[in-house]
Amino acid sequence: MSARTLFDKVWSAHEVVAETADTPAVLYIDLHLIHEVTSPQAFSVLRSLSLPVRRPDRTLATMDHSTPTASEQVFGNVPIKVDAAAKQVRQLEINAAEFGVELFAMRDARRGIVHVISPELGCTQPGMTIVCGDSHTSTHGAFGALAFGIGSTEVGHVFATQCLLQRKPKTFAINVEGKLRPGVTAKDLILSVIGRIGVSGGTGHVFEYRGSTIRGLSMDERMTICNMSIEAGARAGMIAPDETTFEYLENKPRAPKGVDWDAAVARWRNLASDPGAAFDASIDIDAATLEPMITYGTNPGMVVPITGAIPRGPATAAAGDPVYDKALHYMGFHGGEAMLGKPVDVVFIGSCTNGRLEDLQAAARILKGRKVAAGVRLLIVPGSQQVKRDAETLGLAQIFKDAGADWRESGCSMCLGMNGDTVAAGQYSVSTSNRNFEGRQGVGARTLLVSPMTAAATAVQGRIADPREFL
Amino acid sequence: MEPLTRVHSKTVVIASANIDTDQIIPARFLTTTTKEGLGKQLFADWRYLADGTLNPEFVLNRPEAREAQVLVAGRNFGCGSSREHAPWALLDYGIRAVISTEIADIFKSNALKNGLLPVTVDETTAQWLLDHPGADVDIDLTTARLTLPTGVATTFPVEAFARYCLLNGIDELGLLRSKLGDIERYEAARTW
Repeated sequence: MSARTLFDKVWSAHEVVAETADTPAVLYIDLHLIHEVTSPQAFSVLRSLSLPVRRPDRTLATMDHSTPTASEQVFGNVPIKVDAAAKQVRQLEINAAEFGVELFAMRDARRGIVHVISPELGCTQPGMTIVCGDSHTSTHGAFGALAFGIGSTEVGHVFATQCLLQRKPKTFAINVEGKLRPGVTAKDLILSVIGRIGVSGGTGHVFEYRGSTIRGLSMDERMTICNMSIEAGARAGMIAPDETTFEYLENKPRAPKGVDWDAAVARWRNLASDPGAAFDASIDIDAATLEPMITYGTNPGMVVPITGAIPRGPATAAAGDPVYDKALHYMGFHGGEAMLGKPVDVVFIGSCTNGRLEDLQAAARILKGRKVAAGVRLLIVPGSQQVKRDAETLGLAQIFKDAGADWRESGCSMCLGMNGDTVAAGQYSVSTSNRNFEGRQGVGARTLLVSPMTAAATAVQGRIADPREFL
Repeated sequence: MEPLTRVHSKTVVIASANIDTDQIIPARFLTTTTKEGLGKQLFADWRYLADGTLNPEFVLNRPEAREAQVLVAGRNFGCGSSREHAPWALLDYGIRAVISTEIADIFKSNALKNGLLPVTVDETTAQWLLDHPGADVDIDLTTARLTLPTGVATTFPVEAFARYCLLNGIDELGLLRSKLGDIERYEAARTW
């Protein structure tokens, strides 16, 4: 057999029926993650057709998008502030109970952002196909899974059949060699990739992140990278599983145990792309040249090194590109301005991109013994209740509180502001999340995407700061 | 689903590139548990002023844009979130087809499942359409052909099975359910 990529191996192992010119492949789905926002309409379809969830044992539900992060609303007797959100949360409880789907409900110790809890429980495993009605499902590709976001109609398809109709995407190798310098993180690496290929550079493709830099990253870092594959237009991003992956998964609650573990690891070792396997596209990145990155515009591809300036005129697009002018007008910026030193109002540390323990440790390293600048609000939202407990046990939460940060219960929170955690119109938010779209964090909010270290340094200085000055 | 064979309409143009699904329908409106009635929140932050009144500057609010069923947009339309609320909102508003040089993968998939036609065209055709808002266009799904009022016609790619489903008003779930025997055999044969 010819040399195959990691993607080819996972894809072909899940082809129930191969694609033809007339029909897409029937692709089997190993794990279906659901949350309160994109599942209710799919449950309604099941109800209207009198169909069950075919494989509830392969389905896992949590609530994260519209859930409050204020402790008194999660654990106290204070009702959820946003009425429609409360109704949506209640609907998921009803649906999960009626269809026999396991749900990590509001007060469950295992609850959290769907893309944080599935890996930490060991549900996410190499070689799996994983889907969720959420574009950041690409996160799980860090384990060598084929994981991608789907719409609510497809959520219904997976409920009813445990399969999806899919055309086979193309492959795209992102080769990264060299050592990241101090203060330069996985977030900076993926922002650099998106800046380089653009926000639609990966459309129709599945990324495979490869090379010595990627092999040297922890699982938390790999998840940050795969998470933002969708911001370059790729539905999925994958990394070959290795010892780092196995070490992370071993003894996780839902990882295989005993002889099953040994058999699984033996199987997982064969997933890596074969030497000489061909990709449809590729780019090479020199990690040693990268700097901390920050976005200046209204999509994640509008990004510069933190010591850089806003480009004068569109850097990558055709002359007269309306995107550039519109974005800078929205952001209140001008071409040629330096990023360092710009004042900020809000700093958000959290999300499925950067809400894991290592992200909080990186932020704590800078915040320890320092104070958030006057007039700046620092909101730190752990990715899961498990991350929250770990951060409290390790003393990180105390560092955050001592610095003057607002330390919350887990959830998507200010990444998209569905739960009422929003940025006011016109305010500048330096955020570790994944999207700087207009209004993403609140109507009129101006978002700048950065790493947790850059976010922490910025919170201390009250202005956009270079994290390397704090190390 | 109603069969969809043809959309004949004048266009409305939003020339911006990278129109993401957060613009098509902002996240704060996603607390709904149904798919109905999202049209009034379509492009909410562009369509309405802070006081809730219609923004007269926004193209969809202009009298000449009323009745337009075809939206022409800059490249990479529908990027970002997987929310199917985006095509639901467009359809509820009355848009039946979106034309761009590039349409994001998940949005395209969601659109096809709801009878909203994603039409990707070459740069020349796109530029002509961007330059001629309100043009009468004809989109024929049976031939996968877009015809401009100049008479110039161009074919557009559309996934074969999605097209079959749209032309015949068939839900894709039907094909999947017809494969349940294959799915059961696959599950039984798997050793891992």
